[in-house]
Amino acid sequence: MYFSRWKSLTTLLTAMLICLFVVPNFFAESTIKSWPKWAQRHVVLGLDLQGGSHILLEVDSNYVRREKAEQLRDDVRRVLREARVGYTGLVTRGLTVEVRIREESDLNTALTKLREISQPLGGLLSATGQRSVDVVDAGNRMVQLTITQPGITERIRQSVEQSIQIVERRVNELGTVEPSIQRQGVDRVLVQVPGLQDPQRLKEILGKTAKLTFRMVDMSISADQAQQGRLPPESDLMYGPQKDGRPAYVIEKRTVVSGEDLTDAQPGFDQRTSEPIVTFKFNTNGARRFAQATQENVGRPFAIVLDNEVISAPVIREPILGGSGQISGSFTVQQANDLAILLRAGALPAPLTIIEERTVGAGLGQDSIEKGVRAAWIGSIAVAVFMIATYGVFGIIANLAVLVNVIMILGVLSILNATLTLPGIAGIVLTVGMAVDSNVLIYERVREEVRGGRSAIGALDSGFTRALATILDSNITTFIAAAVLFFIGSGPVRGFALTLGIGIITTVFTAFTLTRVMVAAWFWYFRPKTVPI
Amino acid sequence: MRLLRIVPDNTKFDFIRFRRISFPLSAILSILAIWAYFGIGLNFGIDFIGGTLIEIQNKSGPADLAKMRTSLNALGLGDIQLQQFGAPSDVLIRVPQQPGGEDAQQQAVAKVRGVLGADVEYRRVEVVGARISGELLSYSTIGLVLAIVGILIYLWFRFEWQFALGAMIANVHDLVLTVGFLSLMQIDFDLSSIAALLTILGYSLNDTVVIYDRIREMLRRYKRMPMDELLNISVNSTLSRSVITHLTVTLALLSLLVFGGPGIHSFVAAMTFGAVLVGSYTSIFIAAPILLYLGVGAGRQESTDPADKIESANIRFNS
Repeated sequence: MYFSRWKSLTTLLTAMLICLFVVPNFFAESTIKSWPKWAQRHVVLGLDLQGGSHILLEVDSNYVRREKAEQLRDDVRRVLREARVGYTGLVTRGLTVEVRIREESDLNTALTKLREISQPLGGLLSATGQRSVDVVDAGNRMVQLTITQPGITERIRQSVEQSIQIVERRVNELGTVEPSIQRQGVDRVLVQVPGLQDPQRLKEILGKTAKLTFRMVDMSISADQAQQGRLPPESDLMYGPQKDGRPAYVIEKRTVVSGEDLTDAQPGFDQRTSEPIVTFKFNTNGARRFAQATQENVGRPFAIVLDNEVISAPVIREPILGGSGQISGSFTVQQANDLAILLRAGALPAPLTIIEERTVGAGLGQDSIEKGVRAAWIGSIAVAVFMIATYGVFGIIANLAVLVNVIMILGVLSILNATLTLPGIAGIVLTVGMAVDSNVLIYERVREEVRGGRSAIGALDSGFTRALATILDSNITTFIAAAVLFFIGSGPVRGFALTLGIGIITTVFTAFTLTRVMVAAWFWYFRPKTVPI
Repeated sequence: MRLLRIVPDNTKFDFIRFRRISFPLSAILSILAIWAYFGIGLNFGIDFIGGTLIEIQNKSGPADLAKMRTSLNALGLGDIQLQQFGAPSDVLIRVPQQPGGEDAQQQAVAKVRGVLGADVEYRRVEVVGARISGELLSYSTIGLVLAIVGILIYLWFRFEWQFALGAMIANVHDLVLTVGFLSLMQIDFDLSSIAALLTILGYSLNDTVVIYDRIREMLRRYKRMPMDELLNISVNSTLSRSVITHLTVTLALLSLLVFGGPGIHSFVAAMTFGAVLVGSYTSIFIAAPILLYLGVGAGRQESTDPADKIESANIRFNS
């Protein structure tokens, strides 16, 4: 039972050091702000404990495909026109654009020019040899251009990146505390907002593409005629909001000014009607075009279109030359507020769909903490009492080891800035049950050795040595399960895997070192002839 | 102070002979479990089949389930299930996956909110789309298989392959019985159930490994002892540890079951059944005796001399 002084000291110091990292958890966020960086690390409560929303969004990849194909068709048209090459039958089929060149003699020029549309992917440094578009001479003067899969993936990746920035701006405008916005996989964005009272509003703000356009209303036919199918090719049939009874409008496809030309948008009130409105300012480019359009069309209505919905279609009474204006659409104060946020943050490159939502109210979170902590205490006390009843003084040592063990788990969680979830608390409670097991293994082995007629020191010594191999073997199997769970799991389940895994490591550590040091200290202090076990 | 001795010293129960009862018993139970799985099926939660889960708390005392059920089912959102959850004011509402994609799901939530009005507090809202639920199910299955393979490889390196195989048979048996139990009791099967299954796997293996460790040690030390006797001594000498450890884990689990709240109920129920009830039975009555059939220690020169039997009966671990 000899344990070198240095080893004992290192053991105790390591344990103490890890335990010290628990300290910041007892202080308020504002207090520890002034501490050194390394001391600020603390356990973060999971959304299931502090309440909040976990929202997983996915970029609409079909939209990206369609948009990309349309863009390709426009490019083909532009390139052929610039090269003065005659063509017929420009059609889009899925990701493929087909075009027939009129004259055989133009075919080579056309192919050269069309190949220029295709861009190498991956930038200069990581050139992979892949290109964004495949250009194929399909024979009979037909040229096929197909967007490659890497080309689509690249575009989706860009969309997600832009979306993250825009979502970030939108969420920050809501005034939430510490939102987390991360990319997940290729086409997903995970938004986690702690302590949110009203996820409905968050979802509404996230779910809007917020594509704003100002366009003229087509006065050549009435909306009724258009609904019967006589829609002019350069116009769209659009509807107003549900609350106004979805009135129909015929709107020109051509955009006068779009949301990209806005420099600011603020909620406000109309001075005459005191109705909530959104005021906006254009940049110089937008202001010029808006001025020109309003000058030419006095007396005609124009439409403000947001995500294919006509918010309002006021009649131009006089030219608007100042580059600013207001949108009114019988909004509530909050709607005006949200619209201003959306316009300031900008439009998403492609619509985002909510594919998973998990929201926990603050009340349930608080309940879960209380219940979890109570269960942890009662379970631990029951185990502790049982251990003392079974092993006496050694039971006390085991309990001390388990106590240090739990504090160390919290310490490691703090060092990792990890998230503690309700299943995570369950993981700690189970670790208490399991940590005791390592002591049980040791003590039972010691009991056997004592029964075998060994001296006190002999029994303790071989008890420890023989049990430790078993402890290692038996814990590694559970650790493998925890590791797998950590990698496949998400959210709360991951929290469970984390505490379980850390618990196994600290359990092995305490069994190999701390328990041993304590038993050794007890032995050299009392020097008993027999082991009271 | 007199210390507790739950398992008396020098207990000698013939566990190996008991296999004539435990093996058929396990076979019957496994068949029952498989029948329950295919006949009744798991009660999949929204994690794996998609849909919406809403937990509400009625602000003005106990909730009127019947009234809520009528008004919610009038929405035409499919078969909406309501269930009291913990306190009488708390209700769990399950809305099935809506046809018409992810947006339809969000609209369904909005409709339910509209009906319930402002008299309730929304404690939890979970909406899982079809794609995510499919992914979760396949990841979970892959995870379980990976864990089993990983542990198998570890045991194979650490012991002989017969031990790895024996442990695997024993623990797949644990998982089968647990899945059967979950099907029979119709306990919600969600992500936390997968966590429970993986933990059960880890824990019962932990137990099995402790006994196997002892068997390996005995094999090295008593080269001539008959196999059944050697297994019996190994199980008996680790019995006290098995029982005590299971008691402590049971204490922890019971505390979670009683005080941990309804949120982790399905997890703890699965754990209690799988790890404590089945797991401890398996490592003692299945994992150890099965080694007899897997040819562990083949090629040992077992003695038929009665003197060796007497020697083995008086074994003390003092060499």
